[in-house]
Amino acid sequence: MRTIARFLEPDGRFLSHGSVLLLMAPFFALLLFAFLYPMISILSLSVLEPQPTLANYERALLDPIFVGILLRTLEIGLTVTVVALLMAFPVALLMARSSGPKIVLITACIVLPLWSSVLVRTTAWAVLLQRNGLINETLQFLSITDEPLKLLYTRTAVVLAMTHVLLPFMVLPIYGSLKSIPLNYDRAAEIMGAGPLRRLREITIPLAMPGILSGSLMVFLMSLGYFITPALLGSPQEMMVSTLISQQITVLLDWPFGAALVGVLTLFVLAVTLLFGKVARFDRLMGAGA
Amino acid sequence: MNPRSLMLNAYVYAVLAFVMIPILVILPMAFSDTSYLTFPPRGFSLRWFQEFFTNGRWMAAAGFSFAIAFLVAIVTAVLGTMATYAMVRGGGKLASLFQAALVLPIIVPHIALAVALYLFFQRIGLTGTIWAYVLAHSVIAMPFTVFTIAAALSRIDPALENAAMSCGATRFNAFRLVTLPNILPNVLSGALFAFIISFDEPVITYFLAGTRDKTLPRLMFEDIQMNITPILAAIAVLLTALSVIVLLAAAALRRLSQNRAAITVE
Repeated sequence: MRTIARFLEPDGRFLSHGSVLLLMAPFFALLLFAFLYPMISILSLSVLEPQPTLANYERALLDPIFVGILLRTLEIGLTVTVVALLMAFPVALLMARSSGPKIVLITACIVLPLWSSVLVRTTAWAVLLQRNGLINETLQFLSITDEPLKLLYTRTAVVLAMTHVLLPFMVLPIYGSLKSIPLNYDRAAEIMGAGPLRRLREITIPLAMPGILSGSLMVFLMSLGYFITPALLGSPQEMMVSTLISQQITVLLDWPFGAALVGVLTLFVLAVTLLFGKVARFDRLMGAGA
Repeated sequence: MNPRSLMLNAYVYAVLAFVMIPILVILPMAFSDTSYLTFPPRGFSLRWFQEFFTNGRWMAAAGFSFAIAFLVAIVTAVLGTMATYAMVRGGGKLASLFQAALVLPIIVPHIALAVALYLFFQRIGLTGTIWAYVLAHSVIAMPFTVFTIAAALSRIDPALENAAMSCGATRFNAFRLVTLPNILPNVLSGALFAFIISFDEPVITYFLAGTRDKTLPRLMFEDIQMNITPILAAIAVLLTALSVIVLLAAAALRRLSQNRAAITVE
């Protein structure tokens, strides 16, 4: 006979090891079949075809053409991160200091796009940036330029559209850490005679650092593997690594080399996440997104 | 308002304009009478909606995406509830492993997973079938469903289930009759999130597409690449409406669950 006392663990955990395993088994089966096995399989393809070799990685990391693409990917990722940070911090600051309808308005503007289709937004950017699009017409109307600028299929287009998609992932973590700063700190500093800029520099920004780092890391890592935006709005001469991977796998059919590029991207992202994992806190994002 | 705070406000509204303008520009274009996308839209007509709803190619794609998303919602809700229940009530090493495994598909870039699945599913002949999409989308949507369910489950006092069991209920019945009704709103809202994630997912969809059955995002991708017509704007309106409806439904469900939790705690 099982007694009730056996169920009553102090922390409310009372499932046996076996039942836990059984309940989690379908999830792990799914993860194994549609994630772990395919990932391991593509990584082994990169080092085992046709015989054990690191030649594919050598090619990816030494050939100037491919190094150029990898460096450009990092560069665009960093640009997007910096632009997103510059846009996001003031927004998060105002959110943390507002209340009532204002905070609802800002939150809605930031969070709603998160749930609107990336392809819809890419279409919108394509229309805005085209030769006779709204942006070119405005620039000409204001006499900033005489003739339409080439905006579509450029790096500017990619950076703008990617920042647009990734901005919420920067705003929300920063808002989270700003919100957790007790108001008294700022007030105390003010009473002691610190001006607003000094309070921002010495109190707000240092205390918001976990959110700033976590947002920046998230935006940077997500931008590295971005596929849709560079593929549709980017310049063919300015390829990013995701487009290169797609080309190697589906067009040139050089699977081992494509696999090595997947390896470089995935291992880089995993390494950065492990190194800064404590800061990144990807799990924090979910509550925020919902 | 002092000048500094005025500046902050102006800056923030400029950023919000940057966020909203592309969305606000694309939506009215759906009602344009022209055969190309232009802003401001000229004329007013519903022809592009009509075009979408009468075109077999688009309708088939929308139906296919809908079927995939529906199955993904069910798979993630069922597997997610089971695993989350085990995590919250079981604890231990497996729970930590589960949490670590859960975030992996978020960290690994979708392009990497998409290409890996493309090669694997092709090898075992799953490419082009609905199950290829359902399995792949379930993996990437699962974390969002689990966190929604976990939020509700951790609020429920395990003593309630213990009480039911001490009155003679089996554990399954205690879960089904006591716990499940309390977390059901969150399970449903998690399933709705999974639905939207799957329905909108462009990258994995792009690589898994067979020649015959295409998803809505895949068809949109091709149209953006080939010729942008106002039909894309009409789809944008429909997708935005769908997202808003689903988000409102999910929020309403979560509110319901919070009210119930409040009652349970009292």
